[in-house]
Amino acid sequence: MPKYDSWKEMPIAGVIDKPATAREYNTGTWRIMRPIVDKDACINCMQCWLYCPDMAIDGIVKEDGKTEMVGFNYDYCKGCGTCAKVCPVNAITMKPETEFLK
Amino acid sequence: MPVNMKQLINLVAKEDWPFTQGHRLCPGCNAPMVAKWATMTAKALGYEPVVGAATGCLEVSTTIYPFTAWNVPYIHNAFENVAATISGAEAAYRSLKNRGKLKTDKPIKFIAFGGDGGTYDIGLQSLSGAVERGHDFLYILYDNEGYMNTGNQRSGSTPPGADATTEPVGKVKTGKVQFKKNIVEIIGAHENVYAATASTSDPFDFMAKVEKGLKHEGPAFIAVLAPCVRFWRIPESDGPKITKLAVETKYWPLYEIDRGVYKITRKPRNFKPIEEYIRSIGRFRKALQHPEYKEVIEEMQKYVDTRWERLLKFEEATKGMYLR
Ligand SMILES: Cc1ncc(C[n+]2csc(CCOP(=O)(O)OP(=O)(O)O)c2C)c(N)n1
Ligand code: SF4
Ligand code: SF4
Ligand code: SF4
Ligand SMILES: [Mg+2]
Repeated sequence: MPKYDSWKEMPIAGVIDKPATAREYNTGTWRIMRPIVDKDACINCMQCWLYCPDMAIDGIVKEDGKTEMVGFNYDYCKGCGTCAKVCPVNAITMKPETEFLK
Repeated sequence: MPVNMKQLINLVAKEDWPFTQGHRLCPGCNAPMVAKWATMTAKALGYEPVVGAATGCLEVSTTIYPFTAWNVPYIHNAFENVAATISGAEAAYRSLKNRGKLKTDKPIKFIAFGGDGGTYDIGLQSLSGAVERGHDFLYILYDNEGYMNTGNQRSGSTPPGADATTEPVGKVKTGKVQFKKNIVEIIGAHENVYAATASTSDPFDFMAKVEKGLKHEGPAFIAVLAPCVRFWRIPESDGPKITKLAVETKYWPLYEIDRGVYKITRKPRNFKPIEEYIRSIGRFRKALQHPEYKEVIEEMQKYVDTRWERLLKFEEATKGMYLR
């Protein structure tokens, strides 16, 4: 979030002069169900990556040209469960966040 | 060759997400999927997208001042005029380019996003105007069939039997009675336009249409069925499952009208009855308890069957007959 010494420094007309600042707000705090992936079952088809409405799944193309689902970004995952639903091999399960409370 | 998964993953690795984390649309909302896929496709094709959005959930929840989830140039103006706004940006771009005043030679593409309220209803005039003037832009409608950001009021896109605050299901009425306005036919009836439907159940069909729309020199329009999990009263995880059913029940056929030429892009082998679709969505629940619910379902079945038959005939009749 930009810091200004005075309101006079603010850009006019509600202009946001830096892109992608929404990342400074962690939507992961909304989550009540946590997606967990079983990498032994996962076939790295990347459907979950493609669908996640919160861009909270990381993926790569490896040197051998194969795709790999790397994991979840819990800073932003809202726990909607779409990834678990679209997974063709049911490799993702949704677990209550309470199970992860220390 | 249409964009593929690897291209998209590599794009994000190299250039970051064009539409980012941290937006505040509800968990499971399908609108961000549409924004994500469209901007990624444009980027993967080597374009620099410039985006506009009409007032609505997508706009409100992605640009809460001073935050923005857009990693590409973005403009918001009002509810009713995103097409006018983006057409102005496109005209300015063309003018600067013609006069040699642009510092970049990257191909810039203009994309407008609008909700159904902002497209079927209040924004229709500005959209028709921009398409008629022949601006080179892509308009993407994320259709959640109601004014969702203000709490589920009926729009010209809300289906019959759906419960909406301004047309509730009661003892007498079964909610809204009119079927959805046929927005693709309306836009497809303009000159030199590419118009299509798409669904969140089929991202690659959508992205192929985005590519066609961006490459088309002139206006393009894609209507994407994108559920509001909140007011459709469906589980947060189920948007794409529901839109798959919408395609399989003929509720939302996937097709395009390319300068007057019809083409159905997905033909399901077996169709399911419309009742299955209606029963899977919570906002029809009240209508299903109404004494006249059978008639609503019958009427809808007849409507979607007839429309499908017409589509097949249009496809046959317009083969190769491109209008300008
Ligand atoms: C001229 C005007 N009238 C009313 C509003 C209030 N308003 C803000 S968003 C919205 C509903 C938008 O509906 P839709 O376009 O379907 O998008 P959704 O929120 O469903 O994604 C309304 C009525 C407004 N911003 N401007
Ligand atoms: S639960 Fe939802 S937000 Fe979280 S990773 Fe899966 S699809 Fe993304
Ligand atoms: S959808 Fe399932 S199988 Fe495919 S990459 Fe994701 S977790 Fe793995
Ligand atoms: S109210 Fe509906 S359309 Fe709006 S963000 Fe929530 S789920 Fe999406
Ligand atoms: Mg809407």
